[in-house]
Amino acid sequence: MAKRVGMEVGIAAAEAVGMCNIDMAAVYPITPQSHIAEHLSEIVADGRIDAEFVTVESEHTSISCVSGASATGARVYTATSSQGLLYMHEILPIVSAMRLPVVMANANRAISGPINIWNDHSDIMPQRDAGWVVFFADNGQEVVDMTIQSFKIAEDDDVMLPVCLNMDGFQLTHTVELIEFPDQKKVDKFLPPRKPFATLHPDNPISMGTLGMPEIYAESRKSQDEALKNSKKTILKVWDEWEKMFGRSYKPVETYLAEDAEILLLTMGSMSETAEIAIDELRKKGLSVGLVKLRLWRPFPFEELKAAVKKAKLLIVTDRAVSFGGSGGPVFIEIKSALYHEKERPLVYNSIIGLGGRDVQVTDFMKIVEDAAKAGEKGIIRDYEFYGVRG
Amino acid sequence: MIEIRWHGRGGQGAVTSIEMLALAAIEEGVYAQGFPSFGPERRGAPVAAFNRIDDKRIKLRHAIYNPDVVVVLDASLVGLVNVLEGLKPEGTLVVNTTKSPEELKKELNFKGTVATVDASHIARQELGVPITNTTMLGALIKAVQPIKLKSVEGPLKERFGRLAPRNIKALKRAYNELKIS
Amino acid sequence: MKKKKWPETWQEMNPGCMVFEPASARSYLTGSWKAQRPVWDDSKCIKCGICYIFCPEGCVSQDEKGFFRADLDYCKGCGICAHECWPGAIEMVEEG
Repeated sequence: MAKRVGMEVGIAAAEAVGMCNIDMAAVYPITPQSHIAEHLSEIVADGRIDAEFVTVESEHTSISCVSGASATGARVYTATSSQGLLYMHEILPIVSAMRLPVVMANANRAISGPINIWNDHSDIMPQRDAGWVVFFADNGQEVVDMTIQSFKIAEDDDVMLPVCLNMDGFQLTHTVELIEFPDQKKVDKFLPPRKPFATLHPDNPISMGTLGMPEIYAESRKSQDEALKNSKKTILKVWDEWEKMFGRSYKPVETYLAEDAEILLLTMGSMSETAEIAIDELRKKGLSVGLVKLRLWRPFPFEELKAAVKKAKLLIVTDRAVSFGGSGGPVFIEIKSALYHEKERPLVYNSIIGLGGRDVQVTDFMKIVEDAAKAGEKGIIRDYEFYGVRG
Repeated sequence: MIEIRWHGRGGQGAVTSIEMLALAAIEEGVYAQGFPSFGPERRGAPVAAFNRIDDKRIKLRHAIYNPDVVVVLDASLVGLVNVLEGLKPEGTLVVNTTKSPEELKKELNFKGTVATVDASHIARQELGVPITNTTMLGALIKAVQPIKLKSVEGPLKERFGRLAPRNIKALKRAYNELKIS
Repeated sequence: MKKKKWPETWQEMNPGCMVFEPASARSYLTGSWKAQRPVWDDSKCIKCGICYIFCPEGCVSQDEKGFFRADLDYCKGCGICAHECWPGAIEMVEEG
């Protein structure tokens, strides 16, 4: 039976992992992911699942550990945030290159410096090129659903790539809210045990993670790129299956009141929900505005994004991270590039908001849109802006 | 939608209060959020925690700036922290104090509703410690009725186990002994 | 040295560049790298096995009489066996 409960989202994430029959987890605690680490270790210690929980001394080790275990055929999980994710950085591209289906939760937190433990997306953005499948969850329900989906997507024979599920630190991880846990039997049907493509085993020795001479390196990287691009097919298939089994729909790009909108606001993560309210309020004031919510970050959903924005005159991309010395926030850069060759495309603006846990309220979104609308009407090309920064 | 802000000191269980309230509301079939003021806290430091309760799905994902209700778990916070900050003029202030609502109303110059109860005293009697989080939950429920009193018993039983009956007793006492002005 | 065959196209790459043939390093004959080779004087050899233990290539083994020889297909001529030999039974001799 599906269970409708109130639960802290971080705890719910661990509970969702507990439903997935993992074999091993290694999680090094870091605020605000620590509740996931703690609760998962409790679930294992209580014997609720038959898994190894390896206590490691750092995130570099936790990702290394789970990767090694994954290479032997285990279903594995880890979680981290901010500096922890950065500490893993050296290993992340290797996990993808080795085609290991590691599932990782990232509790989005600002990176140092200065040291900041509150929510923004600057931790996941530097990992853009690592070759992982990357999702964003908007609320507690999505965290639970997408955790389960992540294992299925990662382990699919056509994918075999690691998956990172982002959930806003504190805003989501430390909030108690309504979550419906799916029925365990249905989850077992949706997510059968892992059937690895190849494993490290003494009976059948193979090598993984070897040297790659210049003669073959480029071909290997191309093969990896194709694999990541191709994974979208599986992602869509898995989301379709989820909707049929559990009734909740997931799409790479979701829209809210965007079909006929002249102005579009684009968000990622939990602030999307607050933005929906802003759209309602702005519509009441007579603005033709809609919301585009990006759920799939890598592989980037080019077709869906182009389709969602092509009729609009102005697209305001909000970023919760900075790319210093670049042409704007990472999401803006990606989208501007994606739209470059399109004949039908909107003017694109960029507002960098919500850095380091700064609250983004309904009124903030409204102000961003209204200001942009005035400039957009005149067709002014705008540089990226840091919204709400004093001075 | 009702927005509630709780003031407490780290270690007094404000986070438990908001969790119990959120869980109780969800059991009743409505939507709720509960979250602390995010950040590292330590025992004794003033902290805030928040609840939202609504019969529609709650989409707001930011802090509460203009609560309808403010609950203060520790009387010593009243002078220390501006407990009235952002509180709607027609809102409700619920305080753990020996003072009467009228006294507090005058002292704080607040035009809305004030409710007081000596929760520390009740907690000391029923629980043996002056931890007022569950006690003040009773006060809040009586003052504003965000949920039915009965709904909170389930979550309390699950959280507190064999200590639940005492917490429920303290909660009910505050409910009954609350003075509202 | 055997001729290496690279996968022609990216489509032929094994996922993750996994190598399914175990001990494939054996086909890489490093013996051509050496400029010197070890020669054992069996009259001095005390069959302690130190040369076998220290050889970084693992290419030193015992013959039917129990004396030690290097497999010249793999021996790179590093000279560690000669350096470690206690009785000085091994001499490094110029190749060619």
